[in-house]
Amino acid sequence: MTTDEGLDVTVRLRVNGVEREITVPARTLLSDALRHHLRLTGTHVGCEHGVCGACTVLLDGRPARSCLMLAASAQGHEVTTVEGISPADGGLHAVQQAFVDCHGLQCGFCTPGFVMTIAAYLEENPDPTEDEATEAIAGNLCRCTGYQNIRSAVLRAAELRRAEGTE
Amino acid sequence: MKPSPLRYHRPGSIDEAVGLLARLDGEGKVLAGGQSLVPMLSMRLAAPAHLVDINALPGLDRVEVTDAQVRFGALVRHTDLLAHAGVGVAQPLVAQALSHVAHPTIRNRGTSVGSIVHADPSAEMPAVLALLGGTLRVASVRGEREIRAAELFVGPLETSMAGDEIAVAVHLPVRAPGEGTAVVEVARRHGDYAVVGVVVQVRVEAGAVVSARAAYVSAGELGEVHDFVDPVRGAPAEEAPWEACGDLAASVVAVEPDIHATAAYRSELVRGLTVRALRAAAADATGEAGR
Repeated sequence: MTTDEGLDVTVRLRVNGVEREITVPARTLLSDALRHHLRLTGTHVGCEHGVCGACTVLLDGRPARSCLMLAASAQGHEVTTVEGISPADGGLHAVQQAFVDCHGLQCGFCTPGFVMTIAAYLEENPDPTEDEATEAIAGNLCRCTGYQNIRSAVLRAAELRRAEGTE
Repeated sequence: MKPSPLRYHRPGSIDEAVGLLARLDGEGKVLAGGQSLVPMLSMRLAAPAHLVDINALPGLDRVEVTDAQVRFGALVRHTDLLAHAGVGVAQPLVAQALSHVAHPTIRNRGTSVGSIVHADPSAEMPAVLALLGGTLRVASVRGEREIRAAELFVGPLETSMAGDEIAVAVHLPVRAPGEGTAVVEVARRHGDYAVVGVVVQVRVEAGAVVSARAAYVSAGELGEVHDFVDPVRGAPAEEAPWEACGDLAASVVAVEPDIHATAAYRSELVRGLTVRALRAAAADATGEAGR
């Protein structure tokens, strides 16, 4: 998988369920590989040093900062971006619907990272308390809404998931 | 905010990895979880010519618990160590500390061994290794060796590991009867770097305090362990004069001002958090002794 003695690397990974192969400079961050090489621009790049959480994707189902990983290290892994979490019918994921319902975004720049973080969190803890919801989003920054509506969206998404489960 | 050009290597065995590091002769940097290294690359605080990614090395993701020690390999992620039931019982300080390490998203990728050898004075795991007197196992073309905590930390972001050595595992002693531990921190947000944190261990025999030790996060010297038993030696664990240990701590633990806190505030935190942590650890110890 290493070419040109390691300056460029060819990486095979699964992105949103599809096998992909990319050849990128070895220094390429996973966030840039997703956006520039795979044209999946739903993953946003904010601070590029792991603080803001806008670039959060799922790596083998767990949230991870795509700016804190080289694309080369994603070899053999499954990456899920915000483009990959909506249901096949084109509707919205419960977390996305909850953000709409609760006005959980204004400019929307941070939203993909929040959505990925919360979607994974609710898989682990489907019925969070308000305090747990607050802690769940503590690693993501939003510069417009404040966090009340985002916290409400966590709780609303939990409700929607429960309703989906009982349908 | 992009890493400078580098060459990437992904060895498939320890032998291949240490051979590569020896050949690179100080130009190679080991990449494991990358949660500290990658931001340093992006900010160009580090610009190694070669990265040696150890994520494909077999066997480094194992956690082992024996009667004497807890051992975790260099690819064990914080999240997995935190959730490990056997470790939670054998050495509860590990989970007490890891719940303060960054945010869950970072813990999913970051490794506990990596956090120790990164040797950041504002990280919890170096303090845990120092306080418990654990050891680091490293490998190179010269074979494997163990480095005791007291000999590992040289200064901020600096260890006694050679440039061609790979950290392969950390060993910590299991909790002994009568021991209790606690981690107390003040951070601006949960999961942020601590303004000050304290990691303590108290030992109680027949209801009386026999040992009280502390290591600090974002205060004091990296790897330094303080003994605060003098004011409380022999006192009953439930009502020992812990405040005196706090005063002692504030007088001996060096603190620096930065953008987040003045030195005076940090020193007050050292005093207050030390008292709180020692009291909690004593309660933990007597609970353990009562079982």
